[in-house]
Amino acid sequence: MKARVYIMLKTGVLDPQGEAVRHALGSLGFDGVNSVRQGKVIELDLKDGTTEATINDMCERLLANTVIESYRVEIL
Amino acid sequence: MHAAVVVFPGSNCDRDLAVALSRAGARVTMVWHKDTAMPQGVDLIAVPGGFSFGDYLRCGAIAANSPICQSVKAHAERGGYVLGICNGFQILTETRVLPGTLLRNAALKYICRPVPLTVTTADSAFTCRYEAGQTITVPIAHHDGNYHADAETLAALKDEDRIAFRYARNPNGSADDIAGILSQNRRVLGMMPHPERMAEPAHGGTDGAAMFAGLVDQLAHA
Repeated sequence: MKARVYIMLKTGVLDPQGEAVRHALGSLGFDGVNSVRQGKVIELDLKDGTTEATINDMCERLLANTVIESYRVEIL
Repeated sequence: MHAAVVVFPGSNCDRDLAVALSRAGARVTMVWHKDTAMPQGVDLIAVPGGFSFGDYLRCGAIAANSPICQSVKAHAERGGYVLGICNGFQILTETRVLPGTLLRNAALKYICRPVPLTVTTADSAFTCRYEAGQTITVPIAHHDGNYHADAETLAALKDEDRIAFRYARNPNGSADDIAGILSQNRRVLGMMPHPERMAEPAHGGTDGAAMFAGLVDQLAHA
């Protein structure tokens, strides 16, 4: 089985990389980009039957830093 | 005083830190990241700067889950002394031994230069040889040194006098100009600047030496 984990900075945490991307889009002439947030996608190839609880545990303990990041798990 | 310096793949300040500690009079043992226990009777664990595990995933995240970090955590929980510098500070936040986290520098640039720091408290074994309010010059060398914590944590750090150092001129966007913080029991210090790189005249200054001298003195009598 496969799972995909989406990791994003929490709302309110400044994302300087996203901000730099927003500026770069502006200088390419793309108007109206109000904000850019940059995150991570991690794909996991897992033993069949791995529970969502186990994947959440992986996120809590390693994949995301929950001080600043939130995550969402998608089972494929 | 017996200090252990933890070495990860990608650490690059481990030997500088060992030299600074031993010149101050400490007995230093290097400990490899795959070791599971600290040498007997260690007074201080020092987690050095560098790029442990290539900064993969997040700075310090992989190191924080290595076997030796369980002993670092256990040592801190027992009330032992721990010093984390630069990547060492990032590792201590990833293990949650210290609160908050270090984000990418606000200007997105790696910064490597000496910076003026204000010693915010002299009330710790790390800072006892400084005066509160004193300005010292110590180099920084980091890409992710922008200290971040929620408002509640920042208020607690301030109220409990746990901000050890502040940047006199904020180089990286750190909340409240924070360059280094102490644990609640004041026995764990994490800081982004490198005192071990300003510890003898050949470094261009000796403002960092007082930290190691103070530690050796305090912990020898502990």
